[in-house]
Amino acid sequence: MVQPQITLISFGYFEESFLKDIGTAVGKELVLPVRIREGFIDLSEFYDPTRRQYNATRLLKEVDMVYGQEPDRTLGLFSVDLFIPILTYIFGQAILSGRTGVASHYRLNNERYGLPPDPFLLLSRFSKEAIHELGHTFGLVHCHNPLCVMRSGTYVEDIDQKEASFCAHCNELLATFIKTNHKPD
Amino acid sequence: MARKISILIVDDEDSVRDSLYSWFIEDGYAVECAEDALAALSKLESGNYDIILADIKMPGMDGLEMLRRIKTMRQEQIVIMMTAFATVDTAVQALKDGAFDYVTKPFDPDDLSHLIRNASRQIALEEENELLREKVVSLENIGDIVGDSEAMKRVLRDIESVAQSNSSVVITGESGTGKELVARAIHSNSTRRFFPLVSVHCGALTESLLESELFGHEKGAFTGAIYNRKGRFEMADNGTIFLDEIATISTKMQIDLLRVLETKKFVRVGGNKEISSDFRVICATNKDLKTLVEKGEFREDLYYRLNVVNISVPPLRERADDIPLLAEYFIKKYCHAMNRPPVTIEPQALRRLSEFQYPGNVRELENIIERAIVVGGGRKITLNDLPALHSTPVSQAESLEDLERVHIKMILDKYDWNISRAARALNVDRVTLYNKISKYGLRQAQ
Repeated sequence: MVQPQITLISFGYFEESFLKDIGTAVGKELVLPVRIREGFIDLSEFYDPTRRQYNATRLLKEVDMVYGQEPDRTLGLFSVDLFIPILTYIFGQAILSGRTGVASHYRLNNERYGLPPDPFLLLSRFSKEAIHELGHTFGLVHCHNPLCVMRSGTYVEDIDQKEASFCAHCNELLATFIKTNHKPD
Repeated sequence: MARKISILIVDDEDSVRDSLYSWFIEDGYAVECAEDALAALSKLESGNYDIILADIKMPGMDGLEMLRRIKTMRQEQIVIMMTAFATVDTAVQALKDGAFDYVTKPFDPDDLSHLIRNASRQIALEEENELLREKVVSLENIGDIVGDSEAMKRVLRDIESVAQSNSSVVITGESGTGKELVARAIHSNSTRRFFPLVSVHCGALTESLLESELFGHEKGAFTGAIYNRKGRFEMADNGTIFLDEIATISTKMQIDLLRVLETKKFVRVGGNKEISSDFRVICATNKDLKTLVEKGEFREDLYYRLNVVNISVPPLRERADDIPLLAEYFIKKYCHAMNRPPVTIEPQALRRLSEFQYPGNVRELENIIERAIVVGGGRKITLNDLPALHSTPVSQAESLEDLERVHIKMILDKYDWNISRAARALNVDRVTLYNKISKYGLRQAQ
């Protein structure tokens, strides 16, 4: 097996520099090469008019089916409001120990909460969310360490509390996972 | 590390099952799914789940009926009911039927986290409760009763069976066998354990002092009675009174005691007000009470009142197998108390300890170990640290001559056959010692 790569695929409009910064943050934390590319999905098929949101479970399956590639990890980046049937909203979702995840910055924007825009804060939140979902694809579950990026966050304030890095324990688990599942040839 | 909480999701909608499954898996729970009530019930027959998250509206058997069936199987099972069509009636019904909570789909992610966290907390509390209950049921405060011999196991079984009752107990055994520890263990494992265990050493007090001690006195009852004083029976209200050396009490005290035991009422010395106290009596004696009764030295009626249950604590010589265990226990105890590094005991010293007869029983062994640690000062207890045993080793000698021969040999060995030092220790002159060596044909071991 070869070392996995991270592929960040943007769906919809994203500033190039924004994507690049996200890629840098992800690459720095996961210490893996990161590729950024554009993707296309007809989002209308995933739109739920009664909830006026996009079904993340189905989107995740779609991204996985169309863009997922072993041994890499693929994260679909969206700017729409995501939900899963049982929850009112989610920031992102991933297949645990799988190859794909999705994340959206829709609810990470300060404007959604009646606050002035803060591009740096948005970048910080989205980077953490991207690292968090990619962490799940490497088998990491939610962590109790309040500063660890794998800490579960249901509000943006929760995301602001944690750091964009793995705690020592999660780092160890991550290293073990990569060593076990992606042994170099 | 805390164990993984297991969750069973019961919902006929694939999307709901999938999304809940992914959510809980990411949270680190062990998750399984069932597509209807029957599948869930069948899973429950073969496995256990900490939390069941079930939809109310399902084809076939609905969630409420499933909840009722689960509750008949497992009353304590945590079931959270979900519905997309919330009505007050169904919510009330679900809670009446024993649901832990009731939530409307879709829920806020934070609500879901809180819900599961609360359920997990409930599970943890129940487990802790169960653990504490088990702890209460198992014998407590028996840490000081050390022994693995059959005789001691029988004592522990007796303690366990008698502890929960309210019966009077007489503990018999030689001095130093640990009768008070047995009394403490009975009290600690009884329903009275949250109330005091009051000990009275009857043998240490004169009749008048014992009377005042047991029943208390009013101010001015006798010279020196400056204040009112509660008696031990009063102090033991709801608890246990331990009367040590019960055989030593006077005939008058025996009558007074019998009256108190029968009525659980008494009057303080110099007082006129009757005081009630609810206590349990545990007595201890190193005498044979039955023989004393036959001799007329102990009242028969009091004997039968006290001797409802008898626990006989064996002397140490009858449970020599426990000596290494006890030695180790006391070494640890005194090293800890004296803040000393761990001390071991050399095999010869342990063998010597095991051969000794211990007229003073466990108390004597404890003193020997304490002394050896204090005097020895080293990391290892050796034969030289056990001087008290030299005078009374177990000997097969029956005649005085045999005993003399064994003792002289032991002293000679101790002083490496230095005749002058051995003679000094034996308090005889050297000539006498030479004569004895010759008489008994003693030789230094090569």
